[in-house]
Amino acid sequence: MMETLQALAEPHRFQIVELLRDGPRRVGDMVHRLGLRQPQVSKHLRVLSNAGLVDVRVDAQRRIYALRPAPFEELEVWIERYRRIGEGNFQRLDGVLQELKAKEEKRGRTKR
Amino acid sequence: MDAQSARAPMKNSGTLKVTTPSDREVAMTRVFDAPRHLVFQAWTEPELLKRWLWGPDDWRLAVCKMNLKPGGGLRFVWSHRDGKDMGMSGVFREIAPPDRLVFTEIWDEDWTDGETLVTILFSEHAGKTTLTQTVLYSSRQARDAALRTGMEHGAAVSYDRLAELLKS
Repeated sequence: MMETLQALAEPHRFQIVELLRDGPRRVGDMVHRLGLRQPQVSKHLRVLSNAGLVDVRVDAQRRIYALRPAPFEELEVWIERYRRIGEGNFQRLDGVLQELKAKEEKRGRTKR
Repeated sequence: MDAQSARAPMKNSGTLKVTTPSDREVAMTRVFDAPRHLVFQAWTEPELLKRWLWGPDDWRLAVCKMNLKPGGGLRFVWSHRDGKDMGMSGVFREIAPPDRLVFTEIWDEDWTDGETLVTILFSEHAGKTTLTQTVLYSSRQARDAALRTGMEHGAAVSYDRLAELLKS
């Protein structure tokens, strides 16, 4: 996952990933949209490809890049763990309830 | 698909779900592994509330007074370890153990643009309780602002962790 984050941390590579979110694109198209030079874009695409963020296929001499879902799913699983921090109150309530339940069961047993 | 992409994100029945049932409301739903009379009790006894109803970043519930009857008042104050306080007052509208609890709320520093109405429903199934807490805001703008603050806070926490991780 560190590789994914490092690849995304470069602003132009982040822009490329954002562009590819809408679907696969040709290199020339990305060069045009980003206002960068082709060698620069190709270099960034190589980094993204090495990090496993994009796949490339060749279609009639053109290189077409697309996002790979796996690293994004991995990020989602990771972020999900942090989202639960906001759930702290309810996790504490879980603890309080376990205690109340145990007390009630104990009371129930002594009554009988 | 390789093994990694086939692994689905974790889904947990105990996870908090947030929805917007109308344009002035936010509803939170969460399942608890306890019968509803106990969840109701944990929501209505000050000494129990103090143990779990904290603010983000360790704002502890220091004052918790409630006059548990229709028209009765409630007063909550959270304290931060740096000495700051954050208070909220309200009035009970409906107390129907173990089904529902309805009360109004207004923060001392009115950041919700007026009073909100909080409805908490407790429904039980097979020994587990689904708690649904719905907050009705004075306007859509007030609701949206509250949602944004919550999300920004959540995102801020995640981004802090991300920043820390990138440093290491």
